[in-house]
Parts: sequence; C-alpha cells; structure tokens
Amino acid sequence: MTATGALNSSRLRASTIFPALVALVVLFGIPLTTDSFQTFQFANVAVFVVAILGLNLLTGYSGQISLGNGAFMAIGGYTTALLVARLGVPYALTIPLSGLLAAAAGVMIGIPALRLRGIYLALATFALALAVTPVLNNFDSFTGGHAGLNLNPAAPPFGLDLSNEQWLYFLCWAVAAILFLPARLLIGSRTGRAWMAIRDGETAATANGISISFYKTLAFGISAFYAGVAGSLQAVVLAYINPDSYSLTLSLSLLIGAVVGGLGSVWGPVLGGLVVVWLPYLAERAAGLHLGPLSFGGKPDIGFGILLLVLMYFAPAGLAGLAGRAWRWYRRLRRGSGGPADGESEMVEPEPVETAERQVEPDQMST
Amino acid sequence: MLLAASVIQSFAQQVVSGVASGAIYASLALALVLIYRAMDVANFAQGEMAMFATFVAYTLITQFHLPYLLAFVLTILLAFAGGVIVERAFVRPFEGAPVLTLVIVTLALFSIVNGLAGLIWGYVFKTFDSPFPARSVQVGGVFVGIQDLGVIAVTLVVLAVVFSFFRYTRLGLAMRAAALYPESSRLLGVRTSRMLALGWGLAAAVGAVSGMMVAPIVFLDPNMMQPVLLFAFAAAVLGGIESPVGSVIGGVIVGVLLALVGTYLPGGQNLRIPFGLIVIVAVLLFRPAGLFGRREMKRV
Amino acid sequence: MVLLELTQVVATYGPVRALHGIDAQVPEGSIVALLGANGAGKTTTLRAISGMVKATGRIRFDGHEVLNRRPEDVARLGVAHVPEGRGTLAQLTVWENLQMGAYIRRDRNRVKQDLDRVCGYFPWIPQRRRQPAALLSGGEQQMLAIARALMLRPRLLLLDEPSLGLAPIVVREIFDLIQAINREEGLTVLVVEQNASLALQLARRAYVLEVGRVVLEGESDELARNESVRKSYLGY
Ligand SMILES: Nc1ncnc2c1ncn2[C@@H]1O[C@H](COP(=O)(O)OP(=O)(O)OP(=O)(O)O)[C@@H](O)[C@H]1O
Ligand SMILES: [Mg+2]
Repeated sequence: MTATGALNSSRLRASTIFPALVALVVLFGIPLTTDSFQTFQFANVAVFVVAILGLNLLTGYSGQISLGNGAFMAIGGYTTALLVARLGVPYALTIPLSGLLAAAAGVMIGIPALRLRGIYLALATFALALAVTPVLNNFDSFTGGHAGLNLNPAAPPFGLDLSNEQWLYFLCWAVAAILFLPARLLIGSRTGRAWMAIRDGETAATANGISISFYKTLAFGISAFYAGVAGSLQAVVLAYINPDSYSLTLSLSLLIGAVVGGLGSVWGPVLGGLVVVWLPYLAERAAGLHLGPLSFGGKPDIGFGILLLVLMYFAPAGLAGLAGRAWRWYRRLRRGSGGPADGESEMVEPEPVETAERQVEPDQMST
Repeated sequence: MLLAASVIQSFAQQVVSGVASGAIYASLALALVLIYRAMDVANFAQGEMAMFATFVAYTLITQFHLPYLLAFVLTILLAFAGGVIVERAFVRPFEGAPVLTLVIVTLALFSIVNGLAGLIWGYVFKTFDSPFPARSVQVGGVFVGIQDLGVIAVTLVVLAVVFSFFRYTRLGLAMRAAALYPESSRLLGVRTSRMLALGWGLAAAVGAVSGMMVAPIVFLDPNMMQPVLLFAFAAAVLGGIESPVGSVIGGVIVGVLLALVGTYLPGGQNLRIPFGLIVIVAVLLFRPAGLFGRREMKRV
Repeated sequence: MVLLELTQVVATYGPVRALHGIDAQVPEGSIVALLGANGAGKTTTLRAISGMVKATGRIRFDGHEVLNRRPEDVARLGVAHVPEGRGTLAQLTVWENLQMGAYIRRDRNRVKQDLDRVCGYFPWIPQRRRQPAALLSGGEQQMLAIARALMLRPRLLLLDEPSLGLAPIVVREIFDLIQAINREEGLTVLVVEQNASLALQLARRAYVLEVGRVVLEGESDELARNESVRKSYLGY
C-alpha cells in the first residue's frame, strides 16, 4: 500500500504540474488573441467548468446522480443578483456567499437523498430541475419574475486596462482555477477515497468503517457550493438573470458536460465546459446546414444527444479518457521508435467511473 | 345554500377534470413502468417520444387530411414501430449496462428526440384539435366536460387492452416473465432481448396516447410533455414503480391532487410542478415501495 | 446413440477457469449423473451446455453444435434446463409457470394433453394452479420446475441439484418420478447431485468432477463400489 502510494504521489506531481503549465499558458493567451465575443464565451466556459467540477465530484466520484444541479446555480445566481441589484453589495463579496448558501441547500437536499439511490435519485433531482423555474416565477415580487433582474455590467477594478469581457474572463477563470485546486486535492484525499469506495460498492465501504451518510452529504454540499459559485459568476457575466435561464436544459447541460468531459476524471470538467458552451454556438453557426427544408441551425440538442451516445458506447470515460488513451498511445509509439522511455511523466490517468463502463462480461451469457 | 351548491359544483368539476388529466398521466406512467420492469431504468425520453408521436398525428391530420380516428390508430402503430426501432438501435448496445449509463442514454434520447421535433416542426405552439366536442353534459347535477369524459374513456380502453394483452396472451405472459426473470425465461426459450424491444414499442404506443390526449389541453410544442413526464414519474412512484395497476391509480390520484392544488392554492398554477416534486420526494422517503409496490426498493 | 457429447469443454469466469476440459457423453434414453464437491464445476457444465456461460471445446447435442449458442436457441433444440435454485417464476401463477414451460411449442392440442399428463404426475397442481408460485413450498417448487421442464417436451433434461434443501422423503418421491418418466417416455436426463448415493441409484452412468476435471467415470454400480468414491462421496 505504501509503495504504491509513493508511486502515485510522484506520478501525481508530474501529471498535475505539466498540464497545469500548459493550461496557464493557454489561459493567458486566449483573451489576447480572441475577439470580445469569443472572450465572453470563454468566460462562460469558466462558469460551466466550475459547475461541472462540482457535479463531477458528486456524480463522478461519490456516485450520486444529480439531474438537478441547475437548482443550486439558481440559488447562487439569485443571491448575487438580489444582493447586487437590491442592496448594492459588491459583486466580489456575493460570490462566496452564493456558494455558501447553495452549499447549505445542497446539504439540505443531500440528507433526504441519502435514502435514494440510482434511478430514484435521478428521478427526484429531475423533478427538482423542472421545479426551479416555476418556483422562481411564483415568488415574482422577490425575484422579479419573468421580467428578470438587470445588473450593472461588472467593470474592471483598480483602473485595469482591460475590456469588460477580458475582466470577466479573468475573474471567472481565476475563480475556476482557485476552485480547481481544492477539487483536485479532495480527490486525492481521504474524502475522495471514501467517495470512490462508496461509489464502487456501499457494502464494502461500510465494512471499511466509512461513514457513508457523512461523505455522501458532504459531496452534495460541496457540489452545490461549486454550482452556487458558478450561478453567481453567470449572473455577473450576463449582467441579467431570469427564471427561464434555470430550465431543465441547464441542469441537463451540466450532466452532459460532466459525462462528455469524463465522469470521475480530473480534467474532464474543463473539456466538458468547453463542449457545453461552444457546441450550441457551433450549432447556431450551422444555420447554413440544410437537409431538405430542415435547417440544423440552433439545434444543439441533437448534437449533444448523439455525442453522448457515441461517447457512452465507445469511450465511457469521456473526452478525458480519450485524451489519456491518445497520450499513452503516443508514448508507446515514441518508446517503440527508440525514444527515451521516461517513466516519470505519465499523463493523468483518468480514473474511469466503474458505473460508467459497460459491464459486458465476455464470459457470461452470450447474447 | 346557493353558494354552497356552487362550491360543491366547482369542486366536483375539478375532481372530474383531475381524473381526466390523471388518466393522461396514468398512460405515460404505465409506459414508464413497462420499461422499468423490463430493465430497471426510468426512460427519461418517454415523454419526448410521446410528444414526437403527437406531432406525427398532427401531421397526419393537418397535412394528409386523415380523419382523426384513422390518424389516432396509425400514430399508435407508428409509435410502436418507433419504440422498437429506438430500442434496437440505441438501447440494445447498452444492454446490461449500469443504471447511470442507461439514465444517460435515455437523456441523450431525450435531447435527440426533442431537437428533432424542433427541427421538423419548429417551436411555434400549435393547436391540436380535440376529437371531442367542447360541450358539457350534466351528470348527477354536476356539469362535466365531454372532453374530460372522452379522455377518461379512451384511457380506460387503452388500459384494458394493455392489461388483457399481458394477462391473456402467450406473448404478454412471456414479456412479463422475461422482464421479471430474464435468465429462467431464456432457459425456456424466450428471446428476452426481443421482448425488451417489444416492451419499448408497447410503452411508446401507450405513451403516444397520452401525448395525443394532452395536446388539445396544452398547446402542441416540443416541450409539451416535460411536465407530464414529471407527473407521470410522480404517479409511477406513488403507485409503486413496479406496479402497472399502481401506476394507473397513482396517476389518477396525482391528477386530482394537482387539479385541486392548481385551483385552490394561491399562485397554484406555478405550484403544480413543485407539487409533483414534493409527491416524488415524500413517497420515496416515507413509502419507497409506493402504495402498491410489493417489493422493497430494488438493489439498484 | 449418444445424444449429448462434450469434448474438451473449457469455461472461464473472468480470470477464473471453472472447467479445464470436460469430456462426457450422455447416451439417448439414459440417466447420467454428475457428481462432485462444492465448486467442482457441475453447475458450470450444465450452464455451458445450455449456453449460459461461454466456453470452448465442443458440445454436440443431437447432431447440432450447441457450444456458445444462445440459451433460448438451445432450449428450442429441446434441452430443458432446471437451473440451480429451480428458476421458479415466483410472481407468476403455477399455471402460468407451466404455460411458460410450453412457450416454444406451437402444437396447442398436444400442450393441453401434456398439461393433463404432468398434472397426473403431480396431482396437487390443479387445485393450486391460480396461486403465485412463490407461495409453494421448496419441494413443490422443485416439482413445479420439473413439471415446467416437461412441458417443453424436451429431448434432454438437465437437472441441477433437484434434492437441494428438500426432505429425504420428498427427494425420494422426485427421484422415483424422474426414473419413472425416463422409463416410460425414454427421456434422457443429465442430473447434477451432491447426494452421491441417491444419484448412483438413480443414474446408469456417472461422472465425478474435481476442480473442473473429470476424475472418474463409469457405470453407477462400479462407482458405488469404488474405494475413493465411497470415501469421498458416500461417506462409508
Ligand atoms: N458467476 C461466477 N463468477 C465467478 N466465478 C464463478 C461463478 N460461478 C461459479 N464460479 C466458480 O466456478 C467454479 C465452479 O462453480 P460451479 O458453480 O460450477 O460449482 P458446482 O460444482 O456447481 O458447486 P456447488 O455444488 O457448490 O453448486 C467455482 O470455483 C466457482 O467459484
Ligand atoms: Mg452448483
């Protein structure tokens, strides 16, 4: 156990630092090389990265399906919007507060969720996702109802020489980077191991003395914290909020992002965020794509659906899993062609979720 | 006296129209239960498949000028075929996969079917004419919409057909056996995989009826079935998600409760969906097997 | 004539190899027993025959190669497998269980006759036909499982530990019945048993399995006299 532990940690260091460096370079490069709309889109990517990081902890690591994390984003979004628009609280202050409020809600939902597994939890959170918009509309005197709430656009502070979009971009990615770290650390910690033990078999986890209720509720709380922060950031980025933004579609895109990126993989949420924000845009651009009288413009749903099916079939570990596979293949190729075999710089091994893999037992029941 | 009479009158009307919407939820709930029993997964795309079938009926009626009854029957047949095809093409590759995978697959189908409907028919709300007259008749001193009675009657017929099929036919028996005991059934020569496809076809057909019944009440649009799906889930959970009879009774209960909530609570229309959520959570917490579920929750 | 012939059958569960090359023959019209300790691979052998576990080697049944065929196709060739644990369709009624037994048959009238015939073997069945099979006792469920298998009109009956958990008197009854059916209808039976002394009385031939291999085979009376069989399996 100790020997593999040491091995893991050396690999962990190399495997985290290298992509992190690349990520940093790319991060600073993007706002310098893209137009303001694209910068804005990439700020949105950060928003989704944060939300998906949280969902990945919940579903990918602790194994609890949630189709309703959009509800926590709504809590975060409205916390920020109301505090900023009604009370004039500074944006920056409302971001952590949104996270904390959402986390409290997450714990409150996590406790009854303890008694629901698998499909039942999916059902209940699906209902939660659908309930957000009507609830917000119902309290329209408070939330502003359909008309929504407008916020003043967030301008760069300290006289920084940035456009609004660039400022939002850096703000969101800074938050994403700050939140990426604890997520990464949690995964490698006792808590992360407990989550995975629970995910891979509750009975065994109980036998190992893990308090299942505690860790499952914790996962809900943390996941909701991330979603709340994401909701808050989203309100800041869009400078507008209304109940219809929190439809089922939002919750579904979070799950889609988590799955497409790679459930139970460290870098999956980043890839998931990219796909969730850019695929609809590309679909929008595909307006020229015609099939007879039908135009595919603005129909990302079909693309998402097909992407999900294809990935679930061929690469249940998502894009991150594919990237890991490609990297290992490349390294084998290099080693095979006589290059120096460096065993140290092993790329992140995405830990694929057991539950996401097809369990076609080759030796059982011919079909 | 007069006031009291009109209160009772309106209450009774609400109950009847609640039973009518409940009948609609019951059909979709039954569709969900059929698939749940066969593969332990809730089909999140069930509502969208029903929506798609309803659009097909709409096209048959408005573009091909078929009489309603013919379009109705044709749609059910097409929905059945569609369900079988969806299972063979998209679900079969994941046979035996874990719950999370199957949930994601049905969500993917949800997205695809919803997007396809938008692609073909657009997102402009359409009116789907009811086959029933908009008049009311007086039944025991209460005015009852013929529309409501018609929906209830159609649902009863469909349920009777489905239950007779399972109860009295060789194929229905084999489908039940295959869903409950796949291994034993295969040893008896039952092609369980084929039964699964038939189950999806049957579920799609039953779901199509719910779509065609709900479309005249709401407007026809690609998102029309999402609340209905939620209420059908509530109905199925309330009745015991493994119990076809339970899902029907659950549907009626949910329908009546929703009608009362929508009418008598302030802001009630907005509270219908949250109420569905409350029903689901409350049942799962306090009576996970539902009203009629015999077994404890499954080892999902 | 040999109805069923296994040649070098190897079966694995993931990394675990359960059968290491089984050779066995079941002559038409005979009763053959498979004996062995727990985990010897008896159940796996039957599962390989009926296609419930992937295997390599050869399994010929009645001129067909059935290795790795789907279970439903093997059943359609006339192999009725009463699995370990009886495979009762518990929520279905007793009658529905029997109908499921005849599921693959098209000859409606003969099925009716067979129902009567099977009820002749198990006279308690008609009065309990409407009950869910779950309400039957263990012995009754075993009898129902055999009755259900007979409804298929099989050419070969595979029985996995029919005596499991039953009172000796019930076991006797069931074994007498199997013998009677074999004698009267010429039904071929391959039976897995823990209870070696009973099995050797029932069967004409027997194979003894140990950790996935056939270690002994022969006529029942020979085996019953065999020193090591007596020590290990008969306990005297
Ligand atoms: N589904 C399975 N997965 C993994 N290993 C299995 C499985 N089924 C059986 N085995 C293993 O294969 C070997 C043979 O098992 P099998 O069930 O055939 O034995 P058996 O002779 O029927 O024993 P018993 O008398 O206890 O029923 C055993 O070692 C068992 O552990
Ligand atoms: Mg056995």
